[in-house]
Amino acid sequence: MKRNRVAAALGGVPWWLVLVVGLGIVALTTALADASYRVIFGAVAKGFGVTMTVAVVSYAASLVLGLFLGLARASRFRPLREVSTFYIELVRGLPMLVILYYIAFVGAPALAGVLNALLAPLIRSGAIEAFQSRSFDFATRAALALTLGYAAFIAEIFRAGIESVDRGQIEAAHALGLSPAQTMVRVVLPQAIRNVLPALANEFVAIIKDSALVSVLGVQDITQIGKVYAASTFKFFETYNVVAFFYLCMTISLSMLVRALERRLKRENAR
Amino acid sequence: MSGFIRIVEARKTFGDDVRGNRSHNQLVRALDGVSLDVDKGEVVLIIGPSGSGKSTLLRAVNRLETLDSGEIWIGDDAVTAKHADLRRIREDVGMVFQSFNLFAHLSILENVSLAPRIVRKVSAAQARETARQLLERVGLADKLDRYPRQLSGGQQQRAAIARALAMNPRALLFDEPTSALDPEMIKEVLDVMTALADEGMTMLVVSHEMGFARAAADRVVFMDNGRIVEQGSPEQVFSSARETRTREFLAHILN
Ligand SMILES: Nc1ncnc2c1ncn2[C@@H]1O[C@H](COP(=O)(O)OP(=O)(O)O)[C@@H](O)[C@H]1O
Ligand SMILES: [Mg+2]
Repeated sequence: MKRNRVAAALGGVPWWLVLVVGLGIVALTTALADASYRVIFGAVAKGFGVTMTVAVVSYAASLVLGLFLGLARASRFRPLREVSTFYIELVRGLPMLVILYYIAFVGAPALAGVLNALLAPLIRSGAIEAFQSRSFDFATRAALALTLGYAAFIAEIFRAGIESVDRGQIEAAHALGLSPAQTMVRVVLPQAIRNVLPALANEFVAIIKDSALVSVLGVQDITQIGKVYAASTFKFFETYNVVAFFYLCMTISLSMLVRALERRLKRENAR
Repeated sequence: MSGFIRIVEARKTFGDDVRGNRSHNQLVRALDGVSLDVDKGEVVLIIGPSGSGKSTLLRAVNRLETLDSGEIWIGDDAVTAKHADLRRIREDVGMVFQSFNLFAHLSILENVSLAPRIVRKVSAAQARETARQLLERVGLADKLDRYPRQLSGGQQQRAAIARALAMNPRALLFDEPTSALDPEMIKEVLDVMTALADEGMTMLVVSHEMGFARAAADRVVFMDNGRIVEQGSPEQVFSSARETRTREFLAHILN
């Protein structure tokens, strides 16, 4: 009896979390005690802002673009559906790294050309300067690439959410005289977004990890700073420990928030 | 001679425009030349076996379904006109569904006040007040802030009726409003419907509730295979139907 209860109590403990937090505390205390770790911490921390900025900006932009792509994907108007499906399939079929190179070295010159053509009168009159590839710094190009890539994933999440909403409620809205657009905004999207909130939040965790890809363009994020530091000091072990520590702090805490959110939504739905 | 709702030779075939199903040998004639006039204030009950086209007929009246041919008029508005003002038609005709279809993310009060606010542009305060009165009328005054999932089926259906009434419709369509309800909840919904009928609401009701038919229906229409087989007063149809098909069906549901 008693033994069973102890076993049940022990079974309920999230042991992986205990381990993670324990290791985290060990890592931090070691770092604070060890002078060379302190230096590495200070150096890598300088990349934290860049990593977060790239992740947050790309995520916000891909939510907006993804919503429109998802709406187009669920649209009854065939051309819209076809175009968005084409885009989504194309982007999802490419490695994120290839999208990154593509936007950085093909997309940026092309974008400069397009902007120059569109704004030709202004440029000729001297009101603004002509664009060049280097008008867009690499951090901007990297954020653009992540946005275009993640918008495709997020569009599919929105589409699934939109399709999860009960058809009967849509009919009821139409029967009350709401237009298709009013029905989407007032009835479908509030429920769709709520249903996919955890999935959307998980994409933020994913984009934080994928933001490390921007290091290949030399953008000074956590990974890039760590890479350069390790290469110049040969302290690979210590440096990548610190780099991993930073990512884990962000991703694990966010994952836990997502789980809490999921539980809360489930509770509310059951009420 | 001309009713308030006029349905003239309505025809609708399903099968060839269903996405992903192009095979023409699966055509279903849901409506095969249905004509029906409903006067102002009249309560018409539609009965018939499953698949006989009752829902399709109701859904054609507020243009949730588009006819292949035939005409439907509500007052002077041609529902079936190519560029019909759907919003106006749907403002005029309320609909109550078998599965309630309340908006799950809104409270009962918000469910009822949404369309007046969004479609009619009534002020939020006014819409809330009207919604409160309507919910009181269907006996839900103490449930205003509840969400649909927190209510019983009977309460949800009464809220759905209040939601339809909030648009101040000139006619109401009911598609099997009590079929999804537990027996003990059917009466509370039928009582609300009977009260509406007594107040002179024009109603087109698909239902097999004989009690409601006797208490409130002016006319009973029997449909089979997309056609109206026969119609008459409840008394006439229930106790002395002319057609064998009608008698068989009635015997089956009354068992
Ligand atoms: N959206 C649809 N697509 C294909 N067939 C349909 C559709 N709606 C109804 N039908 C068919 O039309 C016929 C009439 O259906 P319905 O009007 O729902 O009948 P009832 O309400 O009397 O049971 C049935 O055979 C049904 O399968
Ligand atoms: Mg039906």
